[in-house]
Amino acid sequence: MTTVTTPQPRPEPPAPRGTGDPFLSVRDLRVRFATEDGEVRAVDGLSFDLERGRTLGIVGESGSGKSVTNLAVLGLHDPRGTTVSGRVTLDGQELLGAPRKRLEKLRGAKMSMIFQDSLTALSPYYTVGRQIAEPYRKHTGASRHRARQRAVEMLGRVGIPQPQRRVDDFPHQFSGGMRQRAMIALALVCDPQLLIADEPTTALDVTVQAQILDLLKDLQRQTGTSIVFVTHDLGVVADVCDDVLVMYAGRCVETGTVRDILKTPEHPYSWGLLSSIPRLKAPVDVPLRPIPGSPPSLLDPPPGCPFHPRCAFRDEVAGDRCATERPQLLLTGARGSACHLDGDRKRAIFADRIRPALGRRPEAASPAAAGPEGPDADRTAEPEADRTVADEPAAEPEADQGEGNR
Amino acid sequence: MLRFLVRRVLAAVVILVLISAVTYVLFFALPIDPAQLSCGKSCTPQNIALIHRNLGLDKPVPVQWWDYVSGVFTGRHLPLGNCPAPCLGLSFTNDTPIWSTLMDRFPTTLSLGVGGAAIFLTVGVGLGLLSAWRQGRLTDRIASAVSLLGQSVQIYFIGPLAIFLFADRLGWLDAGHDPDWSSDPVGSLSGVILPCLVMSVIFWSNYSRQTRSLMIEQLSEEHVRTARAKGMGSAYVFFRYALRGAMGPIITIFGIDLGSILGGTVITESTFGLHGLGQLAVSAVLGTDLPMEMGVMLFGATAIVAFNILIDACYAFIDPRIRL
Ligand SMILES: Nc1ncnc2c1ncn2[C@@H]1O[C@H](COP(=O)(O)OP(=O)(O)OP(=O)(O)O)[C@@H](O)[C@H]1O
Ligand code: SF4
Ligand SMILES: [Mg+2]
Repeated sequence: MTTVTTPQPRPEPPAPRGTGDPFLSVRDLRVRFATEDGEVRAVDGLSFDLERGRTLGIVGESGSGKSVTNLAVLGLHDPRGTTVSGRVTLDGQELLGAPRKRLEKLRGAKMSMIFQDSLTALSPYYTVGRQIAEPYRKHTGASRHRARQRAVEMLGRVGIPQPQRRVDDFPHQFSGGMRQRAMIALALVCDPQLLIADEPTTALDVTVQAQILDLLKDLQRQTGTSIVFVTHDLGVVADVCDDVLVMYAGRCVETGTVRDILKTPEHPYSWGLLSSIPRLKAPVDVPLRPIPGSPPSLLDPPPGCPFHPRCAFRDEVAGDRCATERPQLLLTGARGSACHLDGDRKRAIFADRIRPALGRRPEAASPAAAGPEGPDADRTAEPEADRTVADEPAAEPEADQGEGNR
Repeated sequence: MLRFLVRRVLAAVVILVLISAVTYVLFFALPIDPAQLSCGKSCTPQNIALIHRNLGLDKPVPVQWWDYVSGVFTGRHLPLGNCPAPCLGLSFTNDTPIWSTLMDRFPTTLSLGVGGAAIFLTVGVGLGLLSAWRQGRLTDRIASAVSLLGQSVQIYFIGPLAIFLFADRLGWLDAGHDPDWSSDPVGSLSGVILPCLVMSVIFWSNYSRQTRSLMIEQLSEEHVRTARAKGMGSAYVFFRYALRGAMGPIITIFGIDLGSILGGTVITESTFGLHGLGQLAVSAVLGTDLPMEMGVMLFGATAIVAFNILIDACYAFIDPRIRL
């Protein structure tokens, strides 16, 4: 066990990618809901790894299965009418199908979750302090008094002023930003090693959002927690994530480092996401409606590539394979995409047709760095992006390996 | 809290004053001359005038009403006898103060109401909780079936049946008698158990259905999911989080049902031959004892208003978002 539970700063950055066993490993996860209209395949063969101390961003349109994935990892999905298959291991321990008691011991202790809407996610009937202290008492066996002290300490750590006094407030007495901080305090009270944050800042204004992101980064630096960060906002991805997984219709369509995805995305859907970033100073909480058309029905997914009805590039693939043959996620190391376009073609399309049309670079759209410049200033970012694109093919010598879907 | 109570009590007083005015007009001013009623067929005009004077009916209606209301607080000296402080008038039938008869009958009704409510809340909410806990399974269906029993029966039908079965045949329970809590608590308890049980049955299905759906709704609430995400056990989450959320609406439903509970006690009293307010009201109507009818009515209204205030206070106690 090399778990780090003390809140002391970690002297060493986490192990580099690709070495050792991943802390969280998801393999061929499938989540299906039986509904009156038929079977909804909300997650359809998803695999990803997350190492200690790293942050994985999951992006995708509404309904792409991000929340369902995370709830299934924690075992929080509604068991009735839901079929979950695949493998989910946390620190080598299988989670899917684990006994309820074992999961209850892990939840809130070793793995925990921050929910999006803290007004509904906290119980209106108990004080914030009690709700934070509760899991601490359960998981550490601490006394009521000690747990309360811990709640005060956590509230202080997430930046609630006068935590000693606010600990006895009810959630409705907190502002939205404070509630979200309390939610984070609640998720972190037992020093979890895996933190799943499902759109933790979507409902907040830009300043509070930036503060909360900083807070998460700080806490991660102190405790070495692995984070899964679900968001609609590529600016936030650029700010906090190490790796990115782009989800579409319950599948991973592209994955790689944050640099890969934001600078040299390879999947037409990722291009669409990138193009959707507003050019001017980004308002927060813009739902992603980047691409014409709407996500496919999960009841009756289209044959072939699930994206083909909306894809502007399917004609570039010979023989209409897009409509008949499902593209596999081909991984080179940890980088890959699920698209029939071949590598050179993708890079050429991105360089010639997508990138020139992009406005502001995503980094600049992140709330912390958002400046007052207009669209003209965007051009200054171009040369750097050029260089990255040129570098990238050389760094990819290995042949594609079909590793993502087994 | 104090401000809330003061506000609610003041509002209640206004409501009761209005109710008393309306009922007074209904009973004494509109339909038939009460004097005519109380003196029967062979009545001379002199007799009627005398009765009018005795009852104070020779004065204008607003003055009569005012005398009536102020009498509640000060007591009255009526020509037919003395009527001490909470004076609701004297009975037409035996000239005794209405209030003392009410006090005589009230314990039976209160026992039935409180006992019946305690039983149907326990059984109804309990069955609803069981159904929600085992949602979709066999237990859920059995619990729903049991509660449905109550929906299809009437007190006056199952009352005699229950007396026959549990009292006459099996001898398990008392067939029901009026309680006298101060002198014989044990006997009183055994006397009201069967009536309370029978009365409660008609409420089971409503409470179990409502509780079931409220709990299922609560269990899918995000704050309940958060509690599970914290690793709290399912029973803990069920009772501490989901039930906590369902309690407010259940209490609200209970407040709405107060009137039906009173109605239930009336039917139960007559079914079991008990002497409570319901039976008093029935005999007052049959004997056209107008002051008694009016007294029972006002008393019932006051009780319901008072219980409503109590329930609102409970509600505020349960939900911290409501500060009184
Ligand atoms: N219990 C359920 N029964 C049936 N369908 C469900 C259920 N839960 C989720 N779904 C469906 O699964 C799909 C994925 O939902 P999910 O909540 O994971 O989307 P998401 O990517 O988190 O979207 P958002 O960005 O809006 O949060 C949706 O189409 C949703 O309607
Ligand atoms: S496989 Fe075809 S349809 Fe799917 S994203 Fe690639 S080009 Fe578009
Ligand atoms: Mg979601």
